[in-house]
Amino acid sequence: MNTSPSLANCLGVQRRVLFALLMREVITRFGRENLGVLWLVAEPMIFTVGVATLWTAAGMNHGSAIPIVAFAVTGYSAVLVWRNSASRCCSAIEQNKTLLYHRNVLTIDVLLGRTILEIAGATGSLVVLSLFFVYLGWMPLPVDPLTVVLGWVMLSWFGASLALLLGAGMAFSPIVERLWHPAAYLLFPLSGAAFMVEWMPLRLQNVVLLLPMVHGTEILRQGWFGNVVRTHYDLGYMATCCLVLSLAGLIVLREAARKIDF
Amino acid sequence: MFSVEHVSKTYNTRMGLRRVLDDVNFTLGRGRNLGILGRNGAGKSTLIRLISGAEAPTSGSIRRHMSISWPLAFVGAFQPNLTGLDNLKFICRVYGVDHRPLVPFVEEFTELGLYFREPVSHYSHGMMTRLAFALSMAIEFDCFLIDESIVAGDMRFHERCHNELFVKRKDRAFILVTHDPQIIKTLCENASVLHEGRLIPFATVDEAQAFYAQSLTMPADTAEPA
Repeated sequence: MNTSPSLANCLGVQRRVLFALLMREVITRFGRENLGVLWLVAEPMIFTVGVATLWTAAGMNHGSAIPIVAFAVTGYSAVLVWRNSASRCCSAIEQNKTLLYHRNVLTIDVLLGRTILEIAGATGSLVVLSLFFVYLGWMPLPVDPLTVVLGWVMLSWFGASLALLLGAGMAFSPIVERLWHPAAYLLFPLSGAAFMVEWMPLRLQNVVLLLPMVHGTEILRQGWFGNVVRTHYDLGYMATCCLVLSLAGLIVLREAARKIDF
Repeated sequence: MFSVEHVSKTYNTRMGLRRVLDDVNFTLGRGRNLGILGRNGAGKSTLIRLISGAEAPTSGSIRRHMSISWPLAFVGAFQPNLTGLDNLKFICRVYGVDHRPLVPFVEEFTELGLYFREPVSHYSHGMMTRLAFALSMAIEFDCFLIDESIVAGDMRFHERCHNELFVKRKDRAFILVTHDPQIIKTLCENASVLHEGRLIPFATVDEAQAFYAQSLTMPADTAEPA
């Protein structure tokens, strides 16, 4: 008897499982009280507004032509999209292990579910905040929306691939999460959120451009502010990094799925 | 058809590798059933996890040519913040079933009343077990996986479970693991004993019982490295 299902069947199952996990996760995390699911967007918004306020007080745009609020919103949203996905996925498998008793639920679904939710929250936060600040006149409309989308997609891909790798790595050792927290903290000031590569001395530029998310943030700002700013990025380099991380994540996850003990 | 072929499972412990299951083999046809006897720590729960697919075997393979349930009445996958209804919806989404026609059955069987729409964190242990059992019955499977120790409850609940599982669904296959020979005697047509990591088949349930009774007098399996 042939029981191997077709690819279309498998994708159908995965779509259903992901939807089930998303609904479950939303209610589990945010409940039905007060704002409920809106917290998904409200939480990153509060972070971003807080950072924008601090940076305004500190004059963090270093006298460049970019309005400070716009600088903070683009920069901090870019951090949220990769950092939150990765952080949320560290404990994802451990916390959802009992769901694996259902044969349709796979470890990759658990990781993808959380990643999708984090990316959705960060995207919602960026959209709502920028609409609001554009309305107030504190932020310009994006000069080239397609480039903004490209930068955002690249940052999301980076976040998703990092989340996959860290989430899968946790099945091997809890050290992954211990190291990730300091790494995330230290990467934030280097991620291009709080500076433009152009402001750096040339030698430092080459160093920070080793970090993939710096390229994504620069693409995002290129699209938003256009030629008011001079940006430095290499889309091919960032895509290669994301591809390598994604493949590494998938390979580690394949091994991890065989290793999970109760 | 469902077959377990040369399945072994080893865990890392601080004392070294420990082999919990050692070259386990059996097959189960459609509509057939098998009782597995084993005392505490014999590896019954490990076997259940491997069969349900929650864990992968260290070596060997498990072939499933029929749909196999998650461990019956398993409460571990409940989220405290979700209501009984949320949990039903979750299960139905995962298995691709419309939840709406199932609501009356689950409400009637669980007798949760208003609590069906309250978070599971407000449930008593009994309410949780009733919900878990009802959800297990909501999705149809060819083969049910039953860990006897988790199907606890009062007499009335026991009878209703028995009716749903062994009367209404008597055409289905099942695997039942337990440490209680009496349950196997009542419900199963075949029995094996899980002893020191090996699954020993017997021609009759009575022979399995006799061996199991004898094995209980042997010293407990010590955690020696494999």
